[in-house]
Amino acid sequence: MDLYIALALQIVYGIANLVLISLGLAIIFGMMRVINLAHGEFLMLGGYTVVISTNAGLNIWLAMLILAPLVVGIIGVIVERVMIRFLYGRMVDTLLATWGLSLVLIGLVTTIFGAQTATTISPPIGAIQIGDFTSSGYELFLIGVTIILSILAYCALKYTRIGLIARGTMQGAEIASALGVSTSRTYAITFGVGAAVSGLAGGLLAPITGVLPSIGATYIAKAFITVISGGTAILAGTLSASTLLGGVNSVLSYLTGPTIGEVGLLVVAIVLLRLMPQGITARLFRRSL
Amino acid sequence: MNRARENSWLILIGIVGAIFLIGAPQVLELFTIINLTTAIAMALLALSLGLVWGFGGILCFGQSTFFGIGAYAYVVAAINFGGTSWAVVVAILVAAAFAAVLGYFMFYGRVSDVYLGVITLTVSLIFYNLMRRTSGPEYKIGDALLGGFNGINAPPLNVPGNASWILFPEDVFYVAMAALIIGYFGCVWLVRSHFGRVAVAIRENELRAELVGYDVRLQKLLLFAVGGGIAGTAGVLFANGVGRVTPDVFNLYNAALIIIWVIVGGRGTLIGPVLGAFGLFYLISSLGQQTSINNNLVLGVILVVFVLLVPKGIVPTVIDLWDRKRGRRGQFRRHGRRQRRRGSRTAETRHEG
Amino acid sequence: MKGEIVVETRGLSMHFGGVVAVDQVDFNLRENELRCLIGPNGAGKSTFFKCLTGQLKPTFGDVVIRDLNVNRAHSHEIAGLGVGIKTQVPNVFEGLSVQENIWLAARRFHPAARARSLVEETLDRVRLTDIRREVVNELSHGQRQWVELGMVISAEPWLVLLDEPAAGMTHDEVLLTAELIREINKTASLIVVEHDMQFIRMIADKVTVFHRGAILIEDTMDVVAADPTVREVYLGHRKK
Repeated sequence: MDLYIALALQIVYGIANLVLISLGLAIIFGMMRVINLAHGEFLMLGGYTVVISTNAGLNIWLAMLILAPLVVGIIGVIVERVMIRFLYGRMVDTLLATWGLSLVLIGLVTTIFGAQTATTISPPIGAIQIGDFTSSGYELFLIGVTIILSILAYCALKYTRIGLIARGTMQGAEIASALGVSTSRTYAITFGVGAAVSGLAGGLLAPITGVLPSIGATYIAKAFITVISGGTAILAGTLSASTLLGGVNSVLSYLTGPTIGEVGLLVVAIVLLRLMPQGITARLFRRSL
Repeated sequence: MNRARENSWLILIGIVGAIFLIGAPQVLELFTIINLTTAIAMALLALSLGLVWGFGGILCFGQSTFFGIGAYAYVVAAINFGGTSWAVVVAILVAAAFAAVLGYFMFYGRVSDVYLGVITLTVSLIFYNLMRRTSGPEYKIGDALLGGFNGINAPPLNVPGNASWILFPEDVFYVAMAALIIGYFGCVWLVRSHFGRVAVAIRENELRAELVGYDVRLQKLLLFAVGGGIAGTAGVLFANGVGRVTPDVFNLYNAALIIIWVIVGGRGTLIGPVLGAFGLFYLISSLGQQTSINNNLVLGVILVVFVLLVPKGIVPTVIDLWDRKRGRRGQFRRHGRRQRRRGSRTAETRHEG
Repeated sequence: MKGEIVVETRGLSMHFGGVVAVDQVDFNLRENELRCLIGPNGAGKSTFFKCLTGQLKPTFGDVVIRDLNVNRAHSHEIAGLGVGIKTQVPNVFEGLSVQENIWLAARRFHPAARARSLVEETLDRVRLTDIRREVVNELSHGQRQWVELGMVISAEPWLVLLDEPAAGMTHDEVLLTAELIREINKTASLIVVEHDMQFIRMIADKVTVFHRGAILIEDTMDVVAADPTVREVYLGHRKK
């Protein structure tokens, strides 16, 4: 029995982890149809913010929950203002420019902090006991944060003005822009919010993964797969794709090890792509958020 | 459009290539020659993306996948066969076949180009993550241990049919340079053939190509597989130039490099990506001598600057400037207008060699 | 009646979500016929056209071309049957020259030598020989329409489907286009979707009027023009 609880927890954590690393990307993609190739570096910057400020003496909770999203969110707004806004309507160029940005950020962080990080931080919550099994308390905490984050995103989409615009955009970018709602301010805010969520995720994961200038690359493959498999509905897409892919990944990893888990995730995603090229939410849960 | 001018450039390129092929080993040091072999592999890789993206309009961000698969397949096959003659063939076929399979899912699913870019990149990154995990003794294909993070040593090329007659590094240079020249003129031939002209037509207007009766999905798949095969060949040469294949062939930095070569050199030309690869290879080698400026930073800045300011790339821009200087107003105007009408689709439309 | 039936739809319906764009249409076209499809905006004629050309897959019903059910066929497969298709928005290969555009169409189903002579012939027929080396996106709207018509006829189709071939043309260009269409009709059956009434009078043989996704009436232009219901839904509508 305890085994099953521990296993279930592992699967749920696998799903939550995917949601966490993908949500910021999904917000920007769902609202702006921009795939941000610097997404991994936004996560990385969140991680660095937490590690550096904690080592400088700041309370780790403040660093993770407030400072990381704040710093990365501001960076996001700046990036949108000085680069992305010149490229709207030019999807391919936007992709390329954000890729350039990704390299610039890796390069800058490497130049400033070096290619390796000397100092890491440990998770602020220790292990907990489930019968005969120990489980990471911090992972439980991350599951909780992911749930809260999803609820917040739901409320924001459902009840705020920017959420209304987002829903309009998700139904069809042309309609929304015809209504004249896609002002540049909305885009800047969206990009900032997306970046902030990524920063938060990167900060929260830093105690588990450590930080490296190139750590973004380890996140983005999974984040891209999740968002593309999910489709343009920000929340339903991310949650459904994370559940499917995270579930497959966790189960296969448990049975055979992480390598096969990774392969399984890729294979499922590619088959899914053939069946639903526009993502899960283009076929199912059409009217969802 | 001007076939005569294009042909004279092709002849010039052929002559320069031949001089380089014969002359370089006579005047350069061995160390430089070995480095050049790697640069040539990169140029061939750039050429493969220049073909697929610049002419077919297929936005592939993960050309490194086929490059890496070619390199790994070559090494694994060479170790198992105890010679490289068939390993080269196997490597090229495996890379092309993988491109065809991936292409089937993307083109028959009618994935849009932006998705396609991200998906191909993701596939490359997955391979990177995967190969890094293969360090244990259980990860082997036949006799070849995959070696995880450290990769595998690459057996050097041998004379076809004679596994004990191993080529010297100078000989490998000749092979690589010859492969590049053949690859280049092969691509020129391809884009001038019916198949290549249909590829360009599909890039220009997919729906029209279909209404005229071309099977767009199949055409794209075939072009993508050819591109994968060329990238696989580049992987074989790379394995020989470096002497080792590691998971890094699949990494994000490598994938970005290929895109940057093509962007800098120019889409819609074949010589542009080749020159872009050589130029940036030289730049990065020079940067390698110092430590204050990071390679990623330089490449990132180059990419952003080109996307924002020189979206067509160097070779097409130089051709435009040249035409303008020569007073070919008509041709210049044509380019300006085309640029405006297409907005985001910056694909270049002339077939320069 | 002219020859055998070459295009037939049976109970053809196309639904978009809850909207019924085409509603159980039974339609026949006979060999060497020139049929015009008219109707007010939103009558479903363009959707019907897209079902014929494989750009849309019908929700219910069948499309049969020469005894072959093409419901699930892709556009390129329909083109492969010898059907020439011109879409509403001019779809040309923008960055390529006039002759390259036409060559690509001619070469699809013909060997190289035959394709070359077809290109010459077609350039002549659509009167674009003088500007054969021009890049298509520099041409006027009317000329671009002709490039597309040239692509359609250069493949020597036996069935030609045209969606608003005269849209956006000057008066002189419309006259030439009408002439060209009558000439095409000598060797091919035609379906022409149009709402320029003057143009239809120039070419029409038999006219099918669409209204709210269904066929309202099908007869000669004179009968159709005199029909009170047609006047009400379409002609009257236009005069307002």
